[in-house]
Amino acid sequence: MKKIIAIIRPDKLEVVKNALEEIGCHGMTVKDVKGRGRQLGITESYRGHDYRIDILPKTEIEIVTKDEDVEDIVQTIVETAKTGDIGDGKIFVSPVEEVIRIRTGERGDKAI
Amino acid sequence: MILDSGDTAWMLISTALVILMTIPGLALFYGGLIRRENVLNTMFLSFVTFAIVSILWFVYGYDLAFGVNALGGFIGSLTNPLFGGFLESKTLSTYAPTIPTGLFAIFQMTFAAITVALISGAVVERLKFASWLAFVPIWLTVVYLPVSHWVWGGGFLAQLGVLDFAGGIVVHLTSGIAALALVLVLGARKDSKLLPHHLGYSVIGAGILWFGWFGFNAGSALSAGNLAVSAMIVTNISAAVGMLAWMLMDKIKTGKPTLLGALSGVIAGLASITPAAGYVNIPAAIIIGFFAAIFAYTAVSWLKPRLGYDDALDVFGIHGVCGVTGAIAIGIFASPLINSVTTGGILFGNFHLILVQLLAVIVVGIYAFVMTWVIAKIIDKIIGLRVEERHEIQGLDVNLHEESGYRLS
Repeated sequence: MKKIIAIIRPDKLEVVKNALEEIGCHGMTVKDVKGRGRQLGITESYRGHDYRIDILPKTEIEIVTKDEDVEDIVQTIVETAKTGDIGDGKIFVSPVEEVIRIRTGERGDKAI
Repeated sequence: MILDSGDTAWMLISTALVILMTIPGLALFYGGLIRRENVLNTMFLSFVTFAIVSILWFVYGYDLAFGVNALGGFIGSLTNPLFGGFLESKTLSTYAPTIPTGLFAIFQMTFAAITVALISGAVVERLKFASWLAFVPIWLTVVYLPVSHWVWGGGFLAQLGVLDFAGGIVVHLTSGIAALALVLVLGARKDSKLLPHHLGYSVIGAGILWFGWFGFNAGSALSAGNLAVSAMIVTNISAAVGMLAWMLMDKIKTGKPTLLGALSGVIAGLASITPAAGYVNIPAAIIIGFFAAIFAYTAVSWLKPRLGYDDALDVFGIHGVCGVTGAIAIGIFASPLINSVTTGGILFGNFHLILVQLLAVIVVGIYAFVMTWVIAKIIDKIIGLRVEERHEIQGLDVNLHEESGYRLS
């Protein structure tokens, strides 16, 4: 089992979510997050003063899935979240030791 | 004279409108502009100010502002503490002979309250709450009550013929100058950015201020007639022109019109027309609103960074500058056709009026600055004006009030 964390542009959430649903990936946890990468910042202006805002709002999608589905999901996210400009985000994949469904106590792949 | 129920009804409504300007109008306007960790403290300053002034006004404030001249027109005499007898005797006001004395008094109370509350915008995010609780009654007594007596209560400036319809001098100049003096003693915040945490609050607040301002300015006609209508129209036009003028400055200087800029222009237009609302016509209001917004924009974006004072929410830059703009503009544009109390300004061939207006601005400006500076120094010695450094960094809501504006659960 693997955990996929995708940090994407907030405005891409809808299209990414719908595309994932089409390939059968329903479960996800979504968070509003802030951070920075190579997209150094944007400028905001209040009462004639410019400020560089360098911690930007992003959306984080967290998905836990079976090993064999990882590549499909990652591909789908890359295709749908991409604009080609700096600031599209990143995807992190890491192993998951155990998954437990609280309602039934089931473990492993069955519990995803 | 007999009581006029139309005038009385309008003044009751106007009073309620001006109350809405302070609570919640100003509280929301200021509350949206600061860091999220200070939102409650910022709103609290407006609310607690309203409460303190409400009480003191009827304990002794009204008499000192509007009582019979004492000390050579410096202040009113305290003859009826606790508003003694006025409610029982049901007298009509000597300042507005068709409405009850009590109604005139509570209408004026709302002006005193918002004047002190306005100052709080300069000192947010680092002032001790206890110091503010001390500052409000002292500043009201030492600065607001004398100045309102000089200009509105028959004091020495009124006798010189100074005009201030709804408070460009009494409200906006005094609060703006006081803000400047107070922040000079208080010092700059560790992080003196203006990065609004929730502009939506400020949109609601500015809307309420604009709406309430009709009670402020049209209510200052003290009657429900042509003068109130005229004041309402020029107030609205000046606000609208101020908004567009600030947007123009935004576009020229930083490339994009901003909503905060538009709201700031509205306040600039409203503050500048305030002293002139009952004396000028529509073309004058357009000119006043336009130049006030340009002056205020210049003060907050150019003057403030060069002089380095940390007037957090630009009380001096907007209210002080625009109060002066409007007060002096009266000397140019005042028209006897709008209001028969004046023979007119420069446009009507009278150069005397602008001189007394200038004199009033200078006298009140110096008095408000010096007295506020002294008050601030004394409070700083006794209580200390600033919060602890770590409280300033962590935010005032949790440290001074043990509550927070945004709880996750």
